[in-house]
Amino acid sequence: MKSNIVEPLPMDDDIIIIEHLYKSFGKVKALIDVSLRVKRGEVYFIFGPSGGGKSTLLRCINHLEAPDSGTIIVDGIPVTHAKTNIDLVRAEVGMVFQLFNLFPHLTVLGNVTLAQEKVRKRSKEEAERVAMELLERVGIPEKADAYPSQLSGGQKQRVAIARALAMNPKIMLFDEPTSALDAEMIKEVLDVMLDLAQEGMTMVVVSHEMGFAKAAADRMVFLDAGRIIEEAMPEELFKNPKEERTKQFLSQILY
Amino acid sequence: MAIPREVERPQPKLVPWTRKLEDVPWWGLIVLLAFLLIVYLIYTSATYQDAFRFLVVGVKLTILVTLISFSIAIVLGLTAGLGRVSKNIIFYTGASVYVEVVRGIPLLVQIIYFAYVVAPLLVQVTNSLGAFMLQYTAIQPLMGLAHTFANLHIQDVDVTARAIAGLAFGYGAYEAEVFRAGIQSIERGQMEAARSLGMGYFQAMRYIILPQAIRRVLPPLGNDFIAMLKDSSLISVLAVRELTHLGKLNRARTFRTFETWNTVAFLYLILTLSLSLLVKFMERRMAFEE
Repeated sequence: MKSNIVEPLPMDDDIIIIEHLYKSFGKVKALIDVSLRVKRGEVYFIFGPSGGGKSTLLRCINHLEAPDSGTIIVDGIPVTHAKTNIDLVRAEVGMVFQLFNLFPHLTVLGNVTLAQEKVRKRSKEEAERVAMELLERVGIPEKADAYPSQLSGGQKQRVAIARALAMNPKIMLFDEPTSALDAEMIKEVLDVMLDLAQEGMTMVVVSHEMGFAKAAADRMVFLDAGRIIEEAMPEELFKNPKEERTKQFLSQILY
Repeated sequence: MAIPREVERPQPKLVPWTRKLEDVPWWGLIVLLAFLLIVYLIYTSATYQDAFRFLVVGVKLTILVTLISFSIAIVLGLTAGLGRVSKNIIFYTGASVYVEVVRGIPLLVQIIYFAYVVAPLLVQVTNSLGAFMLQYTAIQPLMGLAHTFANLHIQDVDVTARAIAGLAFGYGAYEAEVFRAGIQSIERGQMEAARSLGMGYFQAMRYIILPQAIRRVLPPLGNDFIAMLKDSSLISVLAVRELTHLGKLNRARTFRTFETWNTVAFLYLILTLSLSLLVKFMERRMAFEE
């Protein structure tokens, strides 16, 4: 296995550093000169209109998308560096997807233990112990032996969160975790996320849930047409957004 | 005003009785009848009985050849299928050349080509290797091996083995496409979820993508197995004593063309129909599990 022979850069409080990030899909420019910093233990909330580049930005952080240019440093490791073993970075960065992406051929327990055993090299017993603890925490230990197809959307997403947490990640990325859920299931997922935020997990959240942002976000960033329009504390951003575009967007989504 | 009383009338039959006849699996009955006829003939007619006794020996080799060839074809197909979805340019190109070339050549030609071109070529290469070893090695245990290599003759290479190689190589290309389609039918999110957990590409393939893909490709694989059982008749051109070749021999022996080929066709049908029933049964069980 390739190790990360690149010298980790001097660490400070910023666990994610993104500088001058560009990414395009064919002619469509998804990200244009995006720079941002996420502090350790912070809940960083990204919002904006569809197609604005939110998901692309998130997916660049664990290199599911390769940016065209720019630098991304995650916990001192340059993700964008060619010699970086990306698998080692990804093991430290949990990700939760809009469509859950649970493994349908494995039980809930199998979903949560697989990567622990294969990547973290934990014993079966230990992996199962960790998995059951996490399933307890997200509130569905009784579903351990169920298959994903037997779960509701909210339960699926909670399993997906447990699956990511089982790797003991330093950062959690949430890619519109509640967008595919029925209204009455959104809360159960947000509760788990809120709980996680209060425990001090570093979280980057792409979402439209402004209620969650008000309750948990430390900083919010508004992304439109591939550019960062505005970055601010939640109370400030909700009360008096500086940019006209932000005002306009907020007035459209807030009642 | 009195409300007109509803007159009780017998309900008209919504489905005419002729419609029910359409539901009867007539084709099955007809096939069954033909079966019974041949079974009856084998029991009563001495000619049929003789043909049956002579031919049924070939069934064993037909099944054996199909089983071995198909197992090899699956391994080849899985490897080439992984190549077809690989981003590694060498692996991808190699797999693509194999698939495109093999699919463009008739199976019969491939079987002949393997038996009479590839096998002799390999024997020649082995001969040269043996000669080279004889010249340069002084190590005693290697000398024996070198002698075997140098004196290997094409007659020593079993013709059945050559036939199996040809069949397997030809079918491997089709199985490669089956596996490719199966792998590509798995949603992209599965690979992304696996990779996001820190699994490498091969780990993700092994534990996440392939288990799902293989479940999806089992029905087409089953169909191909049946198809190969039928195509194994092609190796009769190499005089492998499987069912079809025995058919030729029996006709030459007895001059009973009609009875011989009736029995050959009957034996193939028994094999293929029972296999396709098995495949259907498996498919139904899989569907239930999903």
